[in-house]
Amino acid sequence: MDSYSKILKNGLWENNQAFVALLGLCPLLAVSNTVINGLVLGLATTLTLVLSNTVVSLIRHQVGSEIRLPVFVLIIASIVTTIELIMNSYFYELYLILGIFIPLIVTNCSIIGRAEAFASKNPVGASFIDGFGMGLGFTAALVILGAMREVLGSGTLFANADLMFGDAAKDMVIYVISDYEGFLLAILPPGAFIGLGLLIALKNVIDKRLSKPASQSVSLSMDAKKA
Amino acid sequence: MSDSRSVLIKSGWVLGLFSFIGIGLVSLTYSVTHEKIAENERLFILKNLRELVPGTLHDNDLLADTLQIAQAKEFAGKHPVTIYRALKNKKLVAIIAAPTAPDGYNGSIKLLVAIKENGELIGVRAVSHHETPGLGDAIDTNKSDWIHAFNGRSLSNPPIRSWHVKKDGGDFDQFTGATVTPRAVVKAVLKTLQYYQANHSNLAKIDG
Repeated sequence: MDSYSKILKNGLWENNQAFVALLGLCPLLAVSNTVINGLVLGLATTLTLVLSNTVVSLIRHQVGSEIRLPVFVLIIASIVTTIELIMNSYFYELYLILGIFIPLIVTNCSIIGRAEAFASKNPVGASFIDGFGMGLGFTAALVILGAMREVLGSGTLFANADLMFGDAAKDMVIYVISDYEGFLLAILPPGAFIGLGLLIALKNVIDKRLSKPASQSVSLSMDAKKA
Repeated sequence: MSDSRSVLIKSGWVLGLFSFIGIGLVSLTYSVTHEKIAENERLFILKNLRELVPGTLHDNDLLADTLQIAQAKEFAGKHPVTIYRALKNKKLVAIIAAPTAPDGYNGSIKLLVAIKENGELIGVRAVSHHETPGLGDAIDTNKSDWIHAFNGRSLSNPPIRSWHVKKDGGDFDQFTGATVTPRAVVKAVLKTLQYYQANHSNLAKIDG
């Protein structure tokens, strides 16, 4: 149990795929322009990670090291295609919104990264938790970056939430800055790079403060303010 | 020598087995879902058509009375254009053309353009596109009202020289930071109107 929480913490913070491993930058930078886009892609990625990690871990003794990569690619591609087909047939409304994001999951190298680095060497339960933790960490990165870019770029938060949660969520939109002209740079790809850079810097600052035991309590309260 | 060969052969078998399982899984899912997917797509098109031309205006099955225009000089590009005809008492009341604007910012934009019998636009919808989220995707009705600017327009309203975005000296707004997308849509709608004007008598012809 203790090791599971360590695996979770590893995925959420210490080895966060977006902020530390710098994997999955293509979907991270492409889809983080609003909170909702980021959240949705993050959840879809988490599902894929959990499934691929579990399957890879199940077959880890049967597949020799020479051919493990092609087998992992086959597994991930099959899982993503199956998810896409099932969503297209049974959750069509959701598919219309997420349709463009699903193929982006395949471009996320952190999925094969976790299959190779973790699931191929660890038991099923741990691999499941690892996929979950890494997925949540990635989702958190997408949502935080999405929030930054949405507030700066369009002056809103949770725009288009109704596309995902139904008409009841129409009122979820928060106009952080009213009559905002928009700041295009934040929405465009350069804004994603700059935003990600700032977030990585912030995480490094927090890590540095945390590693100084003497000033720990002081820095914690400062970090809380920043977050 | 023989040892490494047996490893190679074993690897081949394992790889083959996983390819087989992967293909099997995807084919199985496809065979279970493809009818439902086709039905979903049909209903989606019908829903969009209904939004443009409500059922009270016509008495035929829109999806059954279609024309495929393979090549027309007005529709540049390789995509055939489907035209749905709305009839009432065997007379044409409106058409809905499904042209593709080939020159969107990220590839083609599929549109539905509904035109009244007299050549006036009922409305335009973007049904599928890959425009930049947050910028070009304002052509979607659930993201902005932009596309409603076409309602009631025709080849004389505005005059043809003003069928451009404002940046190009025309009458239609562009989006902040995205001119390519609205430019492509305006161009495709104009071409559809011109096609309708040139082929009006053919389109109005009712068989039987």
